[in-house]
Amino acid sequence: MTAPPPRTPAEGAWIGASVGRREDPRLLTGRGRFTDDLELPGMLHAQFVRSTVAHATVTSLDLSQVRRVPGVVAAFSAEDLGLADITARLGRPLTEFVPTGMPVLARDRVRYAGEPLAVVIARDAYAAEDGLEAAKVTYETRTPVTSEEQALAPDAPLVHDEAAANTLLDVSMFATEGIDATFDEAPCVVHVETRTGRQNALPLETRGVVASWDHREDQLLLQTSTQVPHQVRTTAARCLGLDERAVRVVVPDMGGGFGQKCVVGREEIAVGAAAMRLERPVKWIEDRKDALSAAFLAREQHYDVRAAFDEEGRILGLDASIVCDMGAYSCYPFTAGIEPLMASAEMPGVYKVPAYRVRARAVTTNKAPTAPYRGVSRPQYVMVMERLFERAARELGLGPTDIRRRNLITEFPYTGVNNVTYDPGSYLESLNLCESSLREEGWYEMKEKAEGEGRHIGIGYSCFSERTGYGSAAFAQRKMEVVPGFDISEARMDTSGALVVTTGTMSHGQSHETTLAQIAADELGLDIAQVRIHQGDTDRITYGWGTFASRSVAIGGSAVRLAAGKLGEKLKVIAASVLETPAEDLELGQGLVRRPRDGRAVTYRELADIAYLKAHLLPKDVEPGLTATASFDALGDGTFSNATHGVVVELHEGTGQVEILRYVCVEDCGVAINPKVVEGQTRGGIAQGIAGALFEQVTYDEQGAPSAVSFMEYKVPTALEIPEVTVHHLETPCAFTETGAKGVGEGGTIGAPAAVLNAVNDALLPTGVELDDTPVTPETVAGALERMR
Amino acid sequence: MTDTTRQALQQQLIGLHVNGEDHEVLTEPRRTLVDVLRHDLRLTGTHVGCEHGICGACTVLLDGSPVRACLMFAAQAEGSEIRTVESLAPGRELSDLQQAFSEHHGLQCGFCTPGFLMLAEGFLAERPEASKEEIREVVASNLCRCTGYQSIVEAIDDCATSRRAALRHRIEGTGEDEEAPCSSATRSR
Amino acid sequence: MKPAAFTYHRARDVEGAARLLAELGDEAKIIAGGQSLVAMMNFRLARPAHLVDIGGLTGLDGLRTDQDGALHVGALTTHHAMETAPPEVLGTEFAVIRDAMRWIGHLPIRTRGTVGGSLAHADSTAEWCLLALLLDAVLVARGPRGERRIEAADFFLGYYTTALEPDELLTEVVFPRPAPRAALAEFAERRGDFAVVSAAVDLELAPSGGELSGGRVALGGVAPSPVRVPEAEEVLNGGMPGPELFARCAAVAAESVNPPSDANGSARYRRSLIRTLVARACEEAMAR
Repeated sequence: MTAPPPRTPAEGAWIGASVGRREDPRLLTGRGRFTDDLELPGMLHAQFVRSTVAHATVTSLDLSQVRRVPGVVAAFSAEDLGLADITARLGRPLTEFVPTGMPVLARDRVRYAGEPLAVVIARDAYAAEDGLEAAKVTYETRTPVTSEEQALAPDAPLVHDEAAANTLLDVSMFATEGIDATFDEAPCVVHVETRTGRQNALPLETRGVVASWDHREDQLLLQTSTQVPHQVRTTAARCLGLDERAVRVVVPDMGGGFGQKCVVGREEIAVGAAAMRLERPVKWIEDRKDALSAAFLAREQHYDVRAAFDEEGRILGLDASIVCDMGAYSCYPFTAGIEPLMASAEMPGVYKVPAYRVRARAVTTNKAPTAPYRGVSRPQYVMVMERLFERAARELGLGPTDIRRRNLITEFPYTGVNNVTYDPGSYLESLNLCESSLREEGWYEMKEKAEGEGRHIGIGYSCFSERTGYGSAAFAQRKMEVVPGFDISEARMDTSGALVVTTGTMSHGQSHETTLAQIAADELGLDIAQVRIHQGDTDRITYGWGTFASRSVAIGGSAVRLAAGKLGEKLKVIAASVLETPAEDLELGQGLVRRPRDGRAVTYRELADIAYLKAHLLPKDVEPGLTATASFDALGDGTFSNATHGVVVELHEGTGQVEILRYVCVEDCGVAINPKVVEGQTRGGIAQGIAGALFEQVTYDEQGAPSAVSFMEYKVPTALEIPEVTVHHLETPCAFTETGAKGVGEGGTIGAPAAVLNAVNDALLPTGVELDDTPVTPETVAGALERMR
Repeated sequence: MTDTTRQALQQQLIGLHVNGEDHEVLTEPRRTLVDVLRHDLRLTGTHVGCEHGICGACTVLLDGSPVRACLMFAAQAEGSEIRTVESLAPGRELSDLQQAFSEHHGLQCGFCTPGFLMLAEGFLAERPEASKEEIREVVASNLCRCTGYQSIVEAIDDCATSRRAALRHRIEGTGEDEEAPCSSATRSR
Repeated sequence: MKPAAFTYHRARDVEGAARLLAELGDEAKIIAGGQSLVAMMNFRLARPAHLVDIGGLTGLDGLRTDQDGALHVGALTTHHAMETAPPEVLGTEFAVIRDAMRWIGHLPIRTRGTVGGSLAHADSTAEWCLLALLLDAVLVARGPRGERRIEAADFFLGYYTTALEPDELLTEVVFPRPAPRAALAEFAERRGDFAVVSAAVDLELAPSGGELSGGRVALGGVAPSPVRVPEAEEVLNGGMPGPELFARCAAVAAESVNPPSDANGSARYRRSLIRTLVARACEEAMAR
């Protein structure tokens, strides 16, 4: 099947064109290949016996009846498999970080309802589920720790015996000298305390893996839905006691990830072990019930923050306490530090904050563990910052956008109080454009008029930047034992002149097969149809960190360009010998190496013919073949995308419904490789941000049993809840990525909660009620509006 | 360890008519239609997202109407005509609806896409005159985690508009070469 | 989320289905559209040993109006068939029923879900249950002892509990009289979900015009089954229709019931919804 018709760009300008996606034809015709689509000869199916209690000592686990269930082939406990734990570490002293092992299958202790205790292997998923019902587990229950307050209470029961006060991470940072005096003397100090709901990243394709032993390669093949194939390979090899070469991770088409799949899942390892034991392929597809209760979660945070301002509304200082409820275990490789470290390092954001102090903690509780989720803490701290500015504006009698303008960073590079250097962006310009859009569309007049009619309209904004393209240096500051950052690409041209470029990034909806091909096509002057991107195979790709932290286009795209460029140099060297001219005189384009002076040219195909099939014609010192490998790493602090979101809401009395009437986003991700993809990422991100602000929450009862185990309770919004979004682009090219692009995957999600919450609070102004916790439910809003009657 | 995979549970022989072909499947009665389509007939274009009827990734057409294939046992579908995403573009060309999804960037990861396509195909066949608001309401039947829905609504609306224009064109008799705006219409690219 | 094993039986006629139910006892369940049942089976919250499929039975779907103006709806009629029924079959006198259909799940649920299934499942916020109670519907059941007609007021006994015997199945629901000024309003946080609260009203305009000669108010989501609210109906009787009367009626409705507090909303919030939705339903009913 051929690709849809691209909007043909000008010669040599695939970058910047909304090229039709290479991924689309197969996905539109049902010819994609997702993990659950794989079928191997003799394949069996796995499901997991999971703890039904949140916190307990396991006194017995009896699988004998399971093995007698018709269709069940085997059942394995932790004891049966004897696998090493998955342990994520930070290079920090024990006073700051306590590493805790996550067993692949729980042994004598369970720490959340849903924790896997045993794996049942059967001829199909139906029989496997029959098997689960025959497992006999007895527990001696312990008091569950179900909230951050309870975790930190004196004499709280311990989730991990080695983690005193249930604290996995506790860092205090920055503490600008004189900050207490600043607060004592400031004319205006505002305070925001906020709690944000636990969320599920919720890829529509749940997690899943097909494991099989390849006797020819003497290798375990894990075909798994992961954003981080090489990290899964490393962990699987370690847990299973194999050389790393004896594990191959291949990623089929992925139905989303959003962070939930950028950590190593214990089920992936257990299924691999089972396949090795049984010498038969084993498939595990997480069902939705498990995905809602036992998959990696995110976002449950508690902020207690003060900000000091002068009379003119300039921020003087920021004093923050952040506690993140990370659940039962540290995720690999990021650890339970992922959310508090992100929040504490980045909180000042787009504002010129002169003094800053922060204490950030990760506490462990008896809930499903957490992983990075699109935005990682930034949707939360941006919301807190934006609430602080709104509150200060009210106290000081300033307009909410005016106070922001006084504080936005406008000169770049800017090194903040958090020791982070921000590269150029359009912080002020995006706010101005966003506000003027809403003004010109008449929303301010509409609000005034509607209020006269007794309606409740609110307008809210959020301003933020998002660090994308974290290189090794930036990740090293987190003190991760495993330091992600660089990416490696190999460009390989075949005898027909077609190009394959590998990437260590892993698209799970971001369109890498298109956007990265655009970059390579431009670099070599090829038609995009002649470029294929290879990703997600640890045997085909040297090494890579996968896709997370909006790194793929910034870092991966740069490696692609460098590798293609290097290949181009080799093409020129061979062409120079063919055309008998110095390589410096030659140009690449339209599939040719050409001497502009006289138009003499040789095609890539002819050069490839020489490189492979007539190597005797190659110049001296030029190796046969047409391949080139290059890597890219962002030095320093990475690059910052930025945006302003503007939202108009109406609150409905009685029902408390929050209706979004208008949503405008002005974003700047530097050079947009494919504007349509950028818009898609932005709109999709905003939908997830709105979901967190108004709809979704993972809840538990007092015993720690999850109470949102279906889509009836976990309310993923539909097309009737998510509004149309207008996206305006600004472009401040990045100076140090190879394409000028910055990352864009997370921004939408980061900006939406703050803008929505500010709009809701704007509408609630006459009630005197301020809502700072998310999700904001209709019941809360209805209650607030009632106070006005 | 005994291999019990060959041990028989109660099975029944059912006949299914899918995408114009007849199939006979020996299966346990408890197998849902979506599992039989995917794993017995190997029509893996239809996806499984929630198995309780809310996400709509498994939406297929049953006698022309969109239904949740996870909320039916395969046995219940005997005697009905089933259409899955594999039927939309039997050749190498995309149908007009698929084309519109691509043009509007109505898919990212693509996992929900077959469900939305079948939902739209069934809906537009019944209500070719649907307004954009009606389309949005129907799009709310299924969940997408990537797009924010706007591009899906626009794709379906665009497709509906083109089909109406083609129909008008044909009725007015000026476009003899126009293709029929039927649901399986394809257009070359 | 795969259902437990069961034996599948395809009924050939109503009598056969009833006979099977009688033979198989508590272990058997009827399946028609299955839109609630299969989801519950996938969660293994329901695990019948036998399923009796009545989906293929003829003569149990469709709707007709008899000479007395009563609307007969076959148990196997889908929600979607109702919402798309031609006006000559489902006219303005039953517009409340047609309009209520769009609140039921989403299109692909409505194409399969049946009227009888919804009534027999008896979710406390289900639109069909509320309509049946509001409009004094008569539910027709068949079993080994023959046909039985059950008044809606006697049919809903509690959470997912009805007056149907284990060996009976619904064949028809009859709405005995036109309800040209009736409307249903509901609220759920997300469209397509079961309502937190639903409200339906049926207003009677005095023949002379002007004031109301009566009215009915029914609520869902406030008790284990839908309830009529006589106190609120009292307010309507003899009142001049308009925002003031409707607000009073709604306020009385809110104070006359004792709604539960649960994960979907507190009693206080449910009262707030009742005040809004009863008034909204009244306005919409009058606007017909």
